[in-house]
Amino acid sequence: MTGSSAERSAAARAVIDAVTADLLGAGHRGVIVDSPPGAGKSTLVVELAGRLADTGEPVMVVAQTNEQVDDLVDRLAAAHGAPGSGRGLTIGRLSASGYVPTQRVARHTGGPHAADDSVTVAGKVADLGAPAVTVATAAKWARTAQPERPAGGWRWAILDEAYQMRSDGLLAIAPRFADGTALFVGDPGQLDPFATIDGERWAGSPWDPTDSAVAVVRAHNPRLPVHRLPYSWRLPATAAPLVCRAFYPFTPFEAGSAPQDRAMKLPGAATVAGPADSGPIDQALDLAAETGWALYELPARHTVRTDTEAVDACARLAARLVRREASVFDPGYPGGRPVTADRVAIGAAHRDQAAGIRAALDRHGADLAAVTVDTANRLQGREYDVCIVLHPLSGRRDATAFHLETGRLCVLLSRHRHACIVVSRAGIPELLDAHPHTEPVHLGVPVKFPDGWEAHQAVLAHLGGHRVTAAR
Amino acid sequence: MSALAALARVEAFEAGRAVPLATVRHVHLSARPLVFVPVLMAGEAAAPLAALVGTDRTDPRLLVVDQPRDRDQRFVFLAELARIVLDHVAQCRGETELVEATRNHEQWERHLDAPQLVVPNPGGIEAMRLLGRSARFRSAQGPYPVDPLVPVLGRYLTWFAQDRAPTAGSSVCLALTEVLAAHWATGQSALEDQHLAALLAWIVPDRFGPAGAGLTGPQAAALAEDPDRWPSAGPATDPEFDTGVLSALIAAQQRAEGDADAAHAARRALREALRGRLQPTWDLLWQGLDLLRALPEAGHDEHRWRVDRGRFTDFARAVDEGAPPQPRRESAVAAARRLADLEAAQEAYDKQRALDDPLMLAAYRVTGEAFAGTVVAVDAERRDTSGRTPKPRPRVWLRTADQVVLRQGTKVACPQRPNQRPSIVSVTRQGADCVVELELSNDMGRKAVPDEGSVPEPGESRCYATVLAAEFFPPPPLPDPEQTPWTHGGPPAQYTPAGADHDEDWH
Repeated sequence: MTGSSAERSAAARAVIDAVTADLLGAGHRGVIVDSPPGAGKSTLVVELAGRLADTGEPVMVVAQTNEQVDDLVDRLAAAHGAPGSGRGLTIGRLSASGYVPTQRVARHTGGPHAADDSVTVAGKVADLGAPAVTVATAAKWARTAQPERPAGGWRWAILDEAYQMRSDGLLAIAPRFADGTALFVGDPGQLDPFATIDGERWAGSPWDPTDSAVAVVRAHNPRLPVHRLPYSWRLPATAAPLVCRAFYPFTPFEAGSAPQDRAMKLPGAATVAGPADSGPIDQALDLAAETGWALYELPARHTVRTDTEAVDACARLAARLVRREASVFDPGYPGGRPVTADRVAIGAAHRDQAAGIRAALDRHGADLAAVTVDTANRLQGREYDVCIVLHPLSGRRDATAFHLETGRLCVLLSRHRHACIVVSRAGIPELLDAHPHTEPVHLGVPVKFPDGWEAHQAVLAHLGGHRVTAAR
Repeated sequence: MSALAALARVEAFEAGRAVPLATVRHVHLSARPLVFVPVLMAGEAAAPLAALVGTDRTDPRLLVVDQPRDRDQRFVFLAELARIVLDHVAQCRGETELVEATRNHEQWERHLDAPQLVVPNPGGIEAMRLLGRSARFRSAQGPYPVDPLVPVLGRYLTWFAQDRAPTAGSSVCLALTEVLAAHWATGQSALEDQHLAALLAWIVPDRFGPAGAGLTGPQAAALAEDPDRWPSAGPATDPEFDTGVLSALIAAQQRAEGDADAAHAARRALREALRGRLQPTWDLLWQGLDLLRALPEAGHDEHRWRVDRGRFTDFARAVDEGAPPQPRRESAVAAARRLADLEAAQEAYDKQRALDDPLMLAAYRVTGEAFAGTVVAVDAERRDTSGRTPKPRPRVWLRTADQVVLRQGTKVACPQRPNQRPSIVSVTRQGADCVVELELSNDMGRKAVPDEGSVPEPGESRCYATVLAAEFFPPPPLPDPEQTPWTHGGPPAQYTPAGADHDEDWH
């Protein structure tokens, strides 16, 4: 931990200033910003959209999902569009036909109940009335008519979550800002985009269409400046070092908060009504509250994907956590805040596992309906107080590329602000040691490091010190 | 491997016989396929050694490179192969049909047939790709001239092996072990299934061993391991054959230099040895085709073959018009187009197979992407009155014992009415069962009340799956190759035939 809280904020702002200088300096066609989990990527996007719009030229913002677009529109409007926000920018939200503005967008579109009227929603660029900032998904941008250049071209482009965008998706939208300057923002440690077919035929090609947008841009433009956000504001001091060591060994970052800034308190187990056999469950929760991590380890066994015991353990941990009325403390909530069901997530690798956990939760009670249960892919970009993770390799006989993927484990272990509990069968280190690396090696493909094997070993070595063995 | 395929393997193991994975044949079989059994020389990437090829099962043509290290002889081999393959192609270019103009395409003529190449295994397709690559950049002029048919053959082999074979649902280039393994599950590993003899041994064990022996699958597969009776189906040869037989025969030819009779005898010995290695695979291949032919044709077979015929028509015309050979590396735009094409083909093939074959649909039920049950209640009169004109929005409740993992709002469809895509409103657990509430929003006619028969009735059995609700949108437009943006390295260089093509060191 270096410096005071104020110094860390200043360091983060310095990165934003440096990015702005590179963009406005016109010496580069693009700038890349790598961000570890929860490092203020959205804040950077919102801030830079404002600064670029200050030049008076139009800004296009690309996000990957409609959910992300709506989040950005809301934050942009609140920061730059609302009366008294200083800039008074107009914001356009391009949407597919049949899009119904979500509440957080609708409150910026004018009308009797709206906070402001800075946002316009339309299906075509022409119908937006030339806003300062236009936001849409990559898929929508790809289908908008190519504006006449230079008059209608985009001087500025911001591509959010660019590591989740596929190279062919970028190719479809890049002509819209080809004469301008682009900012690529994303988290290199998250899940890579995927294709439904085997992309081996392009392996090693500098324009492998199944690769990520950032990879292809860097392959062709090796001199683009790359900036890094230095602090994770989400991950607690207990988690940042492990996540950094396992997944970002060459691009170090630190927790933005000091160890004493965060705390999680669990009232004594005896005071809560519940099944009497919850001993190891309570131990795991207590350990997680105290140290930020717990490994709830079930006896070694090869199981089907929807391992009933592991699935049930995930549900019981979540149920117990909510019913013990855990509360969390951080500088924003010095008096503490209860960990309600909606602040808890359970992550898994497969959809059928998530469905099994959901069903198990339902059996534990209706008060757990607000607990998020999802796959790593869908948990990307989200944040919770406590995250319970069904380990991707739990109960498996083999360690396939899918289950070893660093991005998957990284997403699952970096969603929490306070504590993370991993549920797993014993024996994963042995599985990793026994399972040979069988993926073909291709010429011209940059070696990805850390590989899944290394990252998994680093995580398990750490979790080994936080083990709670489940009762048999 | 899906859970259902794993179960089928267990069942096959217990029964000692292959178990069907499909109720219909999901590939097209041409009336006269060109069967091709290539073998390559060990140690070099694309050095042809021999091939059995032909459309007549009783009369295969044997092509042999007497001295497989002699590069000139390789191209003589390819020229002979070109005559056979291009003749097969030409025979498919007889009659055409008229395709009416559409919004995006003017009227055109489509060939009524397309070529079909069948090789024993995926290695055979890879061999075709390598041979295609070594042939397509060659030229009939210049320092190392080849037969003018060789570069044309190279383009066709590339089209078969690299363009069409990886496209789901295309049947112009088939690897038999893959096709058989997609239709039958055996009790052995996927690796063992790659040996054509062992795979067929599980499907038709009676054909192995003495007549009337009544062998089981594993017994027959054990016999199929005998490399003398059932040699490797290529393209790699058995190392024992290489050292024990092949090297001696090649050396014999060298020793016989100058002695025409001895050289002729040595060449004949080599040909006989290679024919002996290839003939068993040739026979198995035709047996495999017979098995497939006995399966009923899938409902979408004609549709998919029409696509193949159309692609063939386009490609053959492009070759006629002197299009350059397929580049060694696709440009950024071409690669993105190909990816979109391959993904769309895969999605369409998955949907078509699920529609054509209840066994395929069942695999989705196991993963929770489909559910089957009985309609327990219907509100056919329900309407959406929020708009200016009320729209029929019937709701259907279906009780199922399947685990439903689908989310609210997911679109599904059923084989009885594949164009109707209801969305899931809610899933309620009732004991061990689930009750799924669906809202119908399309394919009910244009009237204020749904057309008769367009809404499921109580008591009906239905199976709804997400894969059936897949809709196909044209991929987003990509820039022209000459407009490739800076993010992808700018416009690619134009192809110009260069001397360097001859000098690639892997030749």
